[in-house]
Amino acid sequence: MKINAIARPGGSVRAMATDNSTSEPVFRVENLTKIYRTGDVEVRALNGVDMTLYRGEMAVLLGPSGSGKSTLLNIIGGLDQATGGKVWFGDTELTGCSQRELTRYRRDHVGFVFQFYNLIPSLTAWENVALVTEVSRHPMRPEEALAMVGLDHRMSHFPAQMSGGEQQRVAIARAIAKRPDVLLCDEPTGALDSRTGVLVLEALSRVNAELGTTTAIITHNAGIRQIAHRVFSFLDGRMSDCTVNETRVDPAEVKW
Amino acid sequence: MVAMRMLDRKLLRDLGRLWAQALAVALVMACGVMTLILAMGASRSLEASQSAFYDRYRFASVFAEAVRAPRHLEPRIQSLPGVSAAELRIVKPVIITITGMTEPASGVVVSIPDTGESAVNRLYLRAGRLPGSRVPGEVAVVEAFAAAHGFRPGDRFDVVMNGKARRLSITGIVLSPEFIYAIGPGDMVPDPRRYGILYMSETVLSSAFGMEGAFNDAALTTMRNADTRAVIEGLDGLLAPYGGTGAYGRKDQMSHAFLDSELTQLFAMATIIPPIFLFVSAFLVNMILSRLIALEREQIGLLKAVGYTDLAVGWHYAKLVIVISAVGLAIGCVAGSWLGRGLTRLYGEFFAFPFLIFTHGIDLYAIAATVTVAAALAGASSAIWATVMLPPAVAMRPPSPTQYRSLAGAAVPTNPLFSQLTVMVFRHFLRWPLRSTMTIIGTALSVALLVTALFSFDSIDAMIDTIFFRADRQDATLTFASASGPEAVTRVGDLPGVIRVEPYRSTAVKLKNGRHERRMVIHGLTQQSELSRVLDRDLLPMQPPSSGLVLSERVAALLDLQIGDPVEIELMEFADRKVSVPVTGIAESYVGLAAYMELTALNRLLMEGRRVSGARILVDEDRLDELYAHIKQVPAIASLALQTVSRDRFRETVRQNISYSITIYVTLAIIITFGVIYNSARIQLSERARELASLRVFGFTRAEVSSVLLVELALIVIIAQPLGWLAGYGFAVLMIRGFESDLFRIPLVISQATYATASLVVIGSAVVSALLVRRRVDTLDLIRVLKTRD
Ligand SMILES: Nc1ncnc2c1ncn2[C@@H]1O[C@H](COP(=O)(O)OP(=O)(O)OP(=O)(O)O)[C@@H](O)[C@H]1O
Ligand SMILES: [Mg+2]
Repeated sequence: MKINAIARPGGSVRAMATDNSTSEPVFRVENLTKIYRTGDVEVRALNGVDMTLYRGEMAVLLGPSGSGKSTLLNIIGGLDQATGGKVWFGDTELTGCSQRELTRYRRDHVGFVFQFYNLIPSLTAWENVALVTEVSRHPMRPEEALAMVGLDHRMSHFPAQMSGGEQQRVAIARAIAKRPDVLLCDEPTGALDSRTGVLVLEALSRVNAELGTTTAIITHNAGIRQIAHRVFSFLDGRMSDCTVNETRVDPAEVKW
Repeated sequence: MVAMRMLDRKLLRDLGRLWAQALAVALVMACGVMTLILAMGASRSLEASQSAFYDRYRFASVFAEAVRAPRHLEPRIQSLPGVSAAELRIVKPVIITITGMTEPASGVVVSIPDTGESAVNRLYLRAGRLPGSRVPGEVAVVEAFAAAHGFRPGDRFDVVMNGKARRLSITGIVLSPEFIYAIGPGDMVPDPRRYGILYMSETVLSSAFGMEGAFNDAALTTMRNADTRAVIEGLDGLLAPYGGTGAYGRKDQMSHAFLDSELTQLFAMATIIPPIFLFVSAFLVNMILSRLIALEREQIGLLKAVGYTDLAVGWHYAKLVIVISAVGLAIGCVAGSWLGRGLTRLYGEFFAFPFLIFTHGIDLYAIAATVTVAAALAGASSAIWATVMLPPAVAMRPPSPTQYRSLAGAAVPTNPLFSQLTVMVFRHFLRWPLRSTMTIIGTALSVALLVTALFSFDSIDAMIDTIFFRADRQDATLTFASASGPEAVTRVGDLPGVIRVEPYRSTAVKLKNGRHERRMVIHGLTQQSELSRVLDRDLLPMQPPSSGLVLSERVAALLDLQIGDPVEIELMEFADRKVSVPVTGIAESYVGLAAYMELTALNRLLMEGRRVSGARILVDEDRLDELYAHIKQVPAIASLALQTVSRDRFRETVRQNISYSITIYVTLAIIITFGVIYNSARIQLSERARELASLRVFGFTRAEVSSVLLVELALIVIIAQPLGWLAGYGFAVLMIRGFESDLFRIPLVISQATYATASLVVIGSAVVSALLVRRRVDTLDLIRVLKTRD
């Protein structure tokens, strides 16, 4: 399969994913398993997961530590390879892609946000964002991305000169600046206090609303579930539950 | 105590993880240790062999030559204060003919007392026996000469002695402390095939040369605390009436002087090179340990929190350094001893020793160990000190993120000139100025080392070109047995194949200027000399001025003379008659101490009419064999030096010796480059794993991500090149100065090819180390790196 053949799934659908039938699936996960082997010990990190994420949807992934959330996100983000099962991104089967194709896929379609920001310390906020926009096809300008997360006044600061929350917002700006199809966030507020966490969530939800970016957020904070369209619960490498939020709550009102 | 063992276990795991880096550092240390042991070991072994040979075989400390002195001087010489023994000998040039060898060989024949036992300069008998006094044709020959021709006792060869052909039969193979380094006339390196030392009984020689009851050479040993200068003066006084040319001490004795200058060079190698390696390894240890400690900051805090003392924690890291040094030391000692033996053997072939004494000074290894461990710990000290001083509470907190500065003022987010990846490279490079500088210095040092090693080819080539193609362009030089009239020159001109003849006169003198004085030879050359030319400082031929003396640059410097200054000449051949002459020119000369005059001016100075010492000739190549055959029959000709053969022999010998040292130097330079580049890349990789992994996550390709590391390395390697050339030039100047002696001067010539080769080798090894690190970038575990905190 050619890298260029990875097409952007969906057309102009910008529906809220409350009604799945009318929306375009972005990811389809079928019977996904991931087994880690360290010596004789075998860990089933994912044990037959089936799920679908739709275009424009905001999903929250909950579950106890070790239940396989990060593993799932890493596989659908093209960072890791599955042991069994299939993952489709639109019409493209990610589970059959080579390393090169996955690199291309990440470059063109995916934005990542991690718990520990992972900014480049030698680049300023603006430059950290520009780092990604330089290599993407239809990026926004770095200052636009920074404005979306409310940091347009801190563009020339280095990571060492910013607070954790600010650094995380730069990381979000960096992730969205290339207008990715999906934004994958692994505990984005994990290292932050509640007030800073709210700012970060607001940025994420604004991006989701304004750009229609499919967003998946892993969190240990059950309160955050209220901002999602759908909430997935994980237990022992399986998806144990999926609930649809009838009414979503604004991040500012999330009870921490 | 159990807990201490846990720390040691950690030490082993750390070493297991860092083994490649640790090995790279250990190898750099090993190079230092190796050169130290190699050079010191070889120089000590040579020195030991030399002094054992000198002592056991009574090497003389005062030497003198005369024309013909009566033997009855012996008791007076013996009773000079300080003299312990004197040997009065007949030493004469001979021409040697060997069947199957077209060009004539030459040599000297030295008398041995009829009793067989010389009191001075005794012979080491390798095989056979010494020649007897009753059989006229018996001879002992030196080992190198015998080996070159495959001679064994019982074999025969022909010589021309005092104009008469004789057939000699070999009774023994010997070695003499006087001819450890035996160099023939006109030669620049020993060629035992064409130059032999022969020993015959005094009775036989005195009748062959008409020297009954006389001698022309004296060798004296002195007592332990004797005043050598007084002995020299006393001997000069006794020999002056008999054509004495001035007694001299060991430092003016050819064989001894060469051996000594070789020893000086070895010593210089032992003192200049190891410090470079120790410096680089100290820097590398510092780099690795600082990084390790930065990574383990929290562990250190924890260790201290649970009750380890500051000292215990510091000692833990010191042990890591000591283990690395021990490995380097072990490799260096083994390699050094092994190569040292090789080098000593090489010298053993070059210098004629009857035996080689290999000294393994335990102290040498102890010095190497102390110096190496001390240098490594010095490098580690700041990192270890930081560990000791780290308060546990601070250590448990993560270090604040690295502060970077923008390149030019505040970074204005406008259209950047460089990509963000390039900005990362530059910022990182400038963020660690000390480390970047040291890495550059390390790399530059290996370039410099290579330039230092490789330039000798250029300089030797330039030297050969100057000596053989600009200055002394004759095909052969003939020396007459004694100064002769112009008819001798005519006779030479009549020899078959001779195209051009240029007579010369040379005379032994002592030049004096105030308290400076030097023994040397003044060469009298004809006007319009075409074959042997005096070169000015730009290496252009100059005419010897019709009056006054031209000095080589080195002589002028030694005697502190400038053009126009008067210089006092003591004529050794003429009972030390003194004259004063002005210096009228300065010339360039690479071999020996040289002074030149116009031939007739020199003849006037010597008040002897038209006399010459020999002639330089140009020969029709096709008639060479015919010429050789004739020369052997001209009694007046004492020796013959062949330029082409000398040149080829010189080139070959020098190349052989240089190749050996170049192999060592190139290996050393590659190891330094590798140690420096590999380590700095590995440490960067460890510091920036998170950054690089992030880039991979954003979808940058492996090539793009590695380029962030590799471009910085490339930058370092490129900046290092011109610095390395400069340092190499400096080292070369030092080397040239170190080599400079009364015997040799090497011109400083460094070709562009040398600079280019040095750079290519260094860049090549940098590329290899970069590729090794690139492999690690390619296999970076993204998830693991990103899910952990710094
Ligand atoms: N590289 C690895 N080697 C072995 N086992 C691993 C590896 N990475 C993850 N695991 C195991 O896989 C399982 C799932 O891990 P994962 O990181 O997906 O959990 P998680 O749901 O994200 O947990 P948390 O909420 O603590 O981040 C865990 O049991 C973990 O120990
Ligand atoms: Mg996780």
